[in-house]
Amino acid sequence: MNLDEALKTFIIESGELLEQMEAALLRIEQDPDDPDIINDIFRAAHTIKGSAGLFGLDYIVSFTHVAESVLDRVRSGELHIDGDLAALLLESADHIGTLVGHTAKGEEPNTESADLSIAIMERLGAYLGNKEKKTEGKKGEEKKAGVPAELDHKIGKEGGSAVESDNWHISLRFGKDVLRNGMDPLSFIRYLATLGRIVHIVTLIDSIPPLKEMDAETCYLGFEIAFNSAADKSTIEGVFEFVRDDCQIRILPPNSKIGEYLALIQDLPEEDMRLGEILVLCGTLTQCELEKMLQQQQESGAPVKIGEALVEQHIVQAPVVEAALQKQKQVKETKTSESSLIRVDAAKLDQLINLVGELIIAGAGASLAALRSGQADLIESTATLSRMVEEVRDSALSLRMVQIGATFNKFQRVVRDVSKELGKDIRLEISGAETELDKTVVEKIGDPLTHLVRNSMDHGIESAEVRLARGKPAQGTLKLNAYHDSGSIVIEVSDDGGGLNKDKILAKAIERGLVKPEQQLSDAEIYNLIFEAGFSTADAVSNLSGRGVGMDVVRRNIQALRGTVDIESEMGKGATMRIRLPLTLAIIDGFLVGVGNAAYVVPLDMVLECIEMSDAERNATANAERGYLNLRGEVLPYLRLRDMFEVEGTPPRRENVVVVQYAGQKAGLVVDKLMGEFQTVIKPLGKVFGGVRGIGGFTILGSGEVALILDVQRLVHQLGNREQKMITAGQ
Amino acid sequence: MGRNGTAGVVYFPIEGEMTIYAVSNLREQIIPAVAEHEEIEIDLSRVTEIDAAGVQLMVAAKLEAILRSKTLRYVGHSKAVLDIIDLCDLGSFFGDQVVLHQND
Repeated sequence: MNLDEALKTFIIESGELLEQMEAALLRIEQDPDDPDIINDIFRAAHTIKGSAGLFGLDYIVSFTHVAESVLDRVRSGELHIDGDLAALLLESADHIGTLVGHTAKGEEPNTESADLSIAIMERLGAYLGNKEKKTEGKKGEEKKAGVPAELDHKIGKEGGSAVESDNWHISLRFGKDVLRNGMDPLSFIRYLATLGRIVHIVTLIDSIPPLKEMDAETCYLGFEIAFNSAADKSTIEGVFEFVRDDCQIRILPPNSKIGEYLALIQDLPEEDMRLGEILVLCGTLTQCELEKMLQQQQESGAPVKIGEALVEQHIVQAPVVEAALQKQKQVKETKTSESSLIRVDAAKLDQLINLVGELIIAGAGASLAALRSGQADLIESTATLSRMVEEVRDSALSLRMVQIGATFNKFQRVVRDVSKELGKDIRLEISGAETELDKTVVEKIGDPLTHLVRNSMDHGIESAEVRLARGKPAQGTLKLNAYHDSGSIVIEVSDDGGGLNKDKILAKAIERGLVKPEQQLSDAEIYNLIFEAGFSTADAVSNLSGRGVGMDVVRRNIQALRGTVDIESEMGKGATMRIRLPLTLAIIDGFLVGVGNAAYVVPLDMVLECIEMSDAERNATANAERGYLNLRGEVLPYLRLRDMFEVEGTPPRRENVVVVQYAGQKAGLVVDKLMGEFQTVIKPLGKVFGGVRGIGGFTILGSGEVALILDVQRLVHQLGNREQKMITAGQ
Repeated sequence: MGRNGTAGVVYFPIEGEMTIYAVSNLREQIIPAVAEHEEIEIDLSRVTEIDAAGVQLMVAAKLEAILRSKTLRYVGHSKAVLDIIDLCDLGSFFGDQVVLHQND
């Protein structure tokens, strides 16, 4: 795996982790003390940070680190998650997403993001700041326990980035009695020099007291050394074996994080400024790095510690060891998840589906040829082949199927944010989360769905006072539901708000010239007016719409997916927006019918039954394009495809009716002959045919001929409309 | 070891070891030298051995002189001294007073 691929994986994984984190953060508002949820959040942040570190994405590492530190405190029970903190963490998660987005685009974060990073980190820092005050007394213990406190929370904006220098940095503060014990600090340095090259050394003379007060036998020296060596840490530490007990020795490996240097500076007794300069002098830090560091320090508001002696010597090792352990763990975790899931490029899946499509067409050709040849064994083997191809098709398509739950869960956040924005208390109920649909559909449905959800929350659900006045609970409920229905997936957005005001909509539509005053419209038609372009404008009535983006965009998006949207509403009780989408966009089971010489495909899922048209009925409605049938006592509107598509020639003596159902409406399609089931690879029509009504695409038959795929939903809709109009007119 | 020299300038040679074993004595001699003279010249040419304690003392003496606005010069550094000053990278400290003020 090259780095680009790995980076892509990182971006995808981060996206998933952020989703998990967000979901967990939303859950935690209900259950703030659940350790599992807290762990989930922490792990997500931690993993992102770790992976980002591998790619040297410092801006992600440093930002995530601060969030992680806060979460760590939550995890250890020092902090309690309340609404504000959850909101801040959600914001942080969003921002991490933005930062990852920058990476995905291959750019550095822009100023806006960088400023936001700082702003959020400052606010996060406030949660860390408390800790400092509270736990200052037990700092020593804390450090022994693991990551030193300084390392953990003093790291600001650049905390995660490694400094440029590739030298070890060694800080030595010799104990007072080193000389008296017969050891010469300088001999250690000489010995150190044998292990590598002392790039730079600064002798710290600051603590030497005035000549009169000094005890010449007491050691006051300290050294800051930039050391270039291939030796490992333990070897370097070994140099100071004999003085370890009464010295303060800190060894930072090459390219340590700036934050670690910052911690070093803050831990050592000298004044920060001076030490920082010494580090620059040593060549360990560049001037630029130092400036960033000091800026950070000021931002984090850490008190400047002067002369604060530090006894703990093994600080540096702790994070190194811990980091190594965590890395190991991470690798393990990745391995386990890899065994159950494989990441596949979506483009590869698309290619597979395309191939399967071609296979189906070729298979149909072979079957046809076999039939013509009349060879029984050939027919039999092509039949077997067809069945296999069908199975391959199904499993290939199922690869692309995903549950809609993940998409629904995103709305927890939307609902939460929008209800805060609107000052309404709204609860989201999700059902049918396990309903599966094609991944491409899922991806494209997000935006229209968001719009519908926002619309329902904004204009559907009333304010708490109005709700109480109407005898409803103050808390509004928004429901998201999904289910399968005759080859489509239905997604419902319902609210228990005020419903749509028919009269207002109609008045508005007439005012805008969308309908003529004398037009008779059914309820559904009136509701659907809100999807008309030009209906929703900024000055539109507030309880209907008002957003700059109109609902017409929603409908257009859904139609682009070969779907429909309709509205059901009851004044004062609520409204339901129902989106219907085809399960897949590529291959369907079709029912082949013939009219004259032309073949048409009806999606099989929509076919209820086929009946023969009786002579009596034929005579009654002869040559009429539309009419009604008596289907076991039910009135069935029908459509003559021959007339509809103006097929030439005379109808045969026997005609058949294919009864189809869409969105609860039944209709009959009158055709010449029924040709049976047919696996249909949907090919989109060219732009030239964009305006053709009633046709959704075409497919290629085994014979190489073209068959048109009927857009049943539109045909049914047309019939339904006519019926409605007649009923309304009748009233 | 001893003191002599012309008005205000004291010549102060150090002989032999400048180590932990000798520094206490040396310090006691340097204190009055710095107190009584305006200009002190410490000759290190006969220093055979120097350790961290010696370095500390050199630094302390230099600082003391600066504090009292006096001049203290180390001259004739022996190889041992040069080595150690080099090792500690203190050459510029002893030579350059500007740095010293910064550190003060």
